[in-house]
Amino acid sequence: MEFKDYYETLGIKRDASQDEVKQAYRRLARKFHPDVNKSASAEARFKDIGEAYEVLKDPEKRAAYDKFGANWKAGQEFKPPPNWDAGFEFSGGGFTGAEQHGFSDFFEELFGRGRFGGSGQHTAYRMRGENQHAKIIIRLEDAYHGSTQTITLSRAMVDESGHVRTQPHSLHVTIPKGITAGQHIRLEGQGMPGVGGGGSGDLFLEIAFADHPLFHAEGRDIHGVLSLTPWEAALGATVTVPTLGGNVELKVPAGTQAGNKLRLKGRGLATASKRGDHYVTIRIVVPEARTNEQKKLYREMARIMPMNPRI
Amino acid sequence: MSTDLIYLSGAILDEELECSLPDICRLCNVSLDMVQEMIAEGLLCPRGRHPMEWRFTAVELRRILITLRLQRDLRVNLPGCALVLDLLEELAELRQRQGR
Repeated sequence: MEFKDYYETLGIKRDASQDEVKQAYRRLARKFHPDVNKSASAEARFKDIGEAYEVLKDPEKRAAYDKFGANWKAGQEFKPPPNWDAGFEFSGGGFTGAEQHGFSDFFEELFGRGRFGGSGQHTAYRMRGENQHAKIIIRLEDAYHGSTQTITLSRAMVDESGHVRTQPHSLHVTIPKGITAGQHIRLEGQGMPGVGGGGSGDLFLEIAFADHPLFHAEGRDIHGVLSLTPWEAALGATVTVPTLGGNVELKVPAGTQAGNKLRLKGRGLATASKRGDHYVTIRIVVPEARTNEQKKLYREMARIMPMNPRI
Repeated sequence: MSTDLIYLSGAILDEELECSLPDICRLCNVSLDMVQEMIAEGLLCPRGRHPMEWRFTAVELRRILITLRLQRDLRVNLPGCALVLDLLEELAELRQRQGR
């Protein structure tokens, strides 16, 4: 288990006041909230920040954590000394709330296992489990053909001694063909378990696409770039274009200009009832004039077909 | 670790999704009052005039789910959520227009 430096996570000094802890947390939470920050690492960062705040906002947990002193470095192999928490009176204030699911092993070791009064006395009321949300990143090919994905989520479980622990939980999910980024798949009853006989919440999987070397998607339409020589663009040609469904032949009309868009109808992401298109944006690659003969040819072109592309 | 090798198929919430007020409350696990407050704030624009006729799409569903997370994680109030959602949509549009 690795030691986690919660002060470093929040970017504050060890002697920061409770107000400074709160301010740092709020600033970072806004910055790394996965709905606001689209970078791939934002979700993990947001979770780390939440975990650090969960400990440092509570003077009792913070004091216990501070017992480790500044000698530990983040990432260092860590084993808590036996009875490390002796001498602390934990009041058990609301630790087992829903927010703590999915914290690290380090957190679980120190503050989990019911140290803070997670005695499972929730049977007096009935409550439906919370909905859970997860983002899955799939390849464009998987969206085109349909696929199956395995995702691992943290799930709160009550162990044999009645303590709440988080446990990895794997789900195998069918991704139907034609799904697009931003769409959700709702898995009924796969969210957080209910309390006191209440039903489980639902799991919402939000789809995102991994970057693709050739294409990007806008809704169901796929966009790519098609490079042409000047003579192919000027005279017209039939060229091979890669699409998600394989190579297709595309007729490029004579007089095609750079930046023009050509459409391959129905070659985008498709469901049973809806079908996107594949668009290629034309890019014209100008051959280098290396030899005298090649230079002469360009001069000849300038003489025969003079033009000013800047007007 | 428990692993069940059953492939789960869920409901796709795409542009064809169209649900009523009770449906959206059940889907998002929110109260009727909450949805009405979101509508009053201009955060949601369901089709239909009367609450009984309201129809919600995947766009509204996504906005509700993000609002719930912003409220829970960042304690943003409803007008703040409406602002954030509008700005996020504008940002996504700009990013797309920029051609990535």
